[in-house]
Amino acid sequence: MSYSSSISSIYPRKWTTGLGVKVFLIFVFFGLTSCGGGESNVSAGNKTGTLYWGNGTEPQSLDPQIATGVPEHHIISAVMEGLVLKDRKTLEPRPGVAESWTISEDGRVYTFKLRDNARWSNGDPHTAHDYAWSWWRALQPALGNLYAYMLFPIENAQQYYEGDVSDFDEVGVKALDDRTLQVTLSFATPYFLQLLDHYSLFPVHQATIEKFGDADQRGTRWTYEGNLVGNGPFKLVDWKINRRIVVQSNPHYWDAKNVSLKEIIFIPIENIVTEERMFRAGQLHVTSSLPADKISVYREAKNPELRIAPYLGTYYYRLNVRKPQLQDPRVRRALAMTVDRQRLVDNITKGGQIPAYAMTPPGTMGYYPESNLKFDPEGAKRLLAEAGYPNGEGFPPTEILYNTNEGHRKVAVALQDMWKKHLNIDVRLLNQEWKVYLDTESAGQYEISRAGWIGDYVDPNNFLDLFLCDGGNNRTGWCNEEYDRLILDVAPSMTSHEERLKVFQKAETMLLDDMPIIPIYTYTTVQLVSSSVKNFDPNIMNAASYKDIYLQADE
Amino acid sequence: MYRFAFGRLLQAIPVLLVVITVTFFLVHSAPGGPFSADKAVPPEVIKALEEQYNLNQPVWQQYVSYLGDVLQGDFGPSFKYSGRTVNELIAAGLPVTAELALYAMLVALGVGITAGVGAAMRPNTLQDYLPMTGAMIGICMPSFLLGPLLVLIFGIHLDWLPVSGWGDIPGDKILPSITLGTGYAAYIARLSRGGMLEVLSQDYIRTARAKGLSERLIIVKHALRGGLIPVVAFLGPAFAGLLAGSFVVETIFQIPGMGRFYVQAAFNRDYTLILGMTIFLSTLIILFNLLSDMLAIWLNPKLRHEIQGAK
Repeated sequence: MSYSSSISSIYPRKWTTGLGVKVFLIFVFFGLTSCGGGESNVSAGNKTGTLYWGNGTEPQSLDPQIATGVPEHHIISAVMEGLVLKDRKTLEPRPGVAESWTISEDGRVYTFKLRDNARWSNGDPHTAHDYAWSWWRALQPALGNLYAYMLFPIENAQQYYEGDVSDFDEVGVKALDDRTLQVTLSFATPYFLQLLDHYSLFPVHQATIEKFGDADQRGTRWTYEGNLVGNGPFKLVDWKINRRIVVQSNPHYWDAKNVSLKEIIFIPIENIVTEERMFRAGQLHVTSSLPADKISVYREAKNPELRIAPYLGTYYYRLNVRKPQLQDPRVRRALAMTVDRQRLVDNITKGGQIPAYAMTPPGTMGYYPESNLKFDPEGAKRLLAEAGYPNGEGFPPTEILYNTNEGHRKVAVALQDMWKKHLNIDVRLLNQEWKVYLDTESAGQYEISRAGWIGDYVDPNNFLDLFLCDGGNNRTGWCNEEYDRLILDVAPSMTSHEERLKVFQKAETMLLDDMPIIPIYTYTTVQLVSSSVKNFDPNIMNAASYKDIYLQADE
Repeated sequence: MYRFAFGRLLQAIPVLLVVITVTFFLVHSAPGGPFSADKAVPPEVIKALEEQYNLNQPVWQQYVSYLGDVLQGDFGPSFKYSGRTVNELIAAGLPVTAELALYAMLVALGVGITAGVGAAMRPNTLQDYLPMTGAMIGICMPSFLLGPLLVLIFGIHLDWLPVSGWGDIPGDKILPSITLGTGYAAYIARLSRGGMLEVLSQDYIRTARAKGLSERLIIVKHALRGGLIPVVAFLGPAFAGLLAGSFVVETIFQIPGMGRFYVQAAFNRDYTLILGMTIFLSTLIILFNLLSDMLAIWLNPKLRHEIQGAK
């Protein structure tokens, strides 16, 4: 592809010279002289302890009580830490800022003992009072904290947030002394320790926040480089918009001596095709994703750098039960029974996804939902006929709504095809741009709509409480008071884990019998991870424990 | 000349006002708000956010206060990037995008003019057909195809150049500049070929040939100035187009320019960011068109006379 040589044969001599000079000048201008032979980020980083991390999009905020996305989560979990950490493989609670804790017999009162060497990244002492203040801030409505509900298990937190309780002293958070924090819950919440590792419950540095604005003011500059004070294993040193965010190990961190990485460079890359190329060129240790059509290439090559791991999320379709043709549960079940999930994940999505026959992913806190849903075209035909549409005759025009995305389109086309083949009903596809789709779905102006839910914490409650009658994420119009009672009243009152799971199973069965949703598959994370990245184990939350990771090039 | 420029600048004011107004009401009437999300947003949060960004006021009131801010050069805070102002985001992306556009322009001019002039010198020969076929391909080849293709060849297979970045690794500016410049190079090649062909058939060129001047001297001294006028007229819109259209190249090569923000802003319904970028780019387009018109007048005596005659 050398431009000048292919042209030289047809240009007269004098012009070739001119062209050559010009091309030469242009290349000099770009500094071509030094290209080639440079060391890649990955091999240089392996020597210096610098991890290059593909991080999706530019973070919208690094304020743990404002941020919501996955890219934000990665950076925040490097520069901040909660009372409790999660085991990097099993996600079991491990001591974080709290070196130990006790739980009262009724499971409602947690008493945390903080480490006496806990420090902020500027050297300030880090005490139990920081938590009381941070959680007060997290519950200020003006802050617009989307994850305020993560604090609601705490006694009176919801009431305080909604204005029914005006005195924060009534909320169940007390700093008994500098090193002791007592938290009282409204009822025993088995997943409370997990919540402490969610960034909405991370502590924030009061003096820094107040230096840059009011405590409940959004969008102040306290989270920028040079300003941000955190308590995590790393500290923020550089933030170049759309280019990179650099964190370096924090000498004041309580466990600093066990942190191996010197530096992490988070690079925002929206284009996953570019990201894959960067990985191949050795510019990244870890990618956030992998284009679906590349998965089989990496698989066939048995590339050890391809990582596919189950992810705590369910891909499903909502059925709008307010629409006449979808009011009958038999119709909804017939639709669900004719989705050949195995074929779908093998041939369409190809990312090792697991066919889902229930809403809650299997293995969530030891919960494996039982389901009588299976691929059964014959049974589905009968159900549809019973509901008044023998062989699909007279089935009203129905649309699948999805947000514009090639992957969603392929799934929708596959389901359209399966329903035509097995039930002889015609559904059309309607794609809408993301925000339009959200509007249409929330307004209930759809028949069938694509959806996905990624767990905030590992507990069936997080998946099943979506379908409460007035749940903001329900959007199907389905409402069952007995179901609400099970989730809201019965499950929290259970004292043993097994009893509680049985209640969830009962609720899940009700949901599946009525089928306001069609579970399709359990998500997987598909990403590329350089073989030099050690101690980075896959887990169902796809949460990286940066303090454990170290880099070592293979020989 | 100054009167001409001043007149054009005056005309720009109503144009910009129309741009602002249309964009403002368009983005505000687009379905979906800046704060809607996959996860249901509690009403308390929506209320707090709308209050903070004055979205609870009637739209016309928001419009008036926005116009007031813009007049003072303040595009307001970004809705999505909490704590960043639109001015700050533009300031972060502009130098990068401008640099990219400049290099792409150099590629376009260098390759385009060389190919176009070369073709015009031997019309209807291989020396004409080959670069012009190349130009046609260049015009038709979208950058989202050319970019990955170049990366595949020079970045992955030959491993000569970095596959992405901007100013991070030596040589990482080459592929994006070529990718962005190629389409324009092709267009410029066709423009300069056309311009040169016209000029080369003029009497004064025949005179120069009759004098026995070398072909090279004829081209460089006599023909280029006239022959490149169409190219000059194209420069303004081209540069503006490069600035506004660098999005695809910025995404492919992971370049922290303005373009990526522009498109993200539209997806996010980040009203202030969409508006700020639109106003900023419109202003640039108007200015560059004016500059290239002025350059064309300066180069072309015919136009100069027309303007003076119009006085």
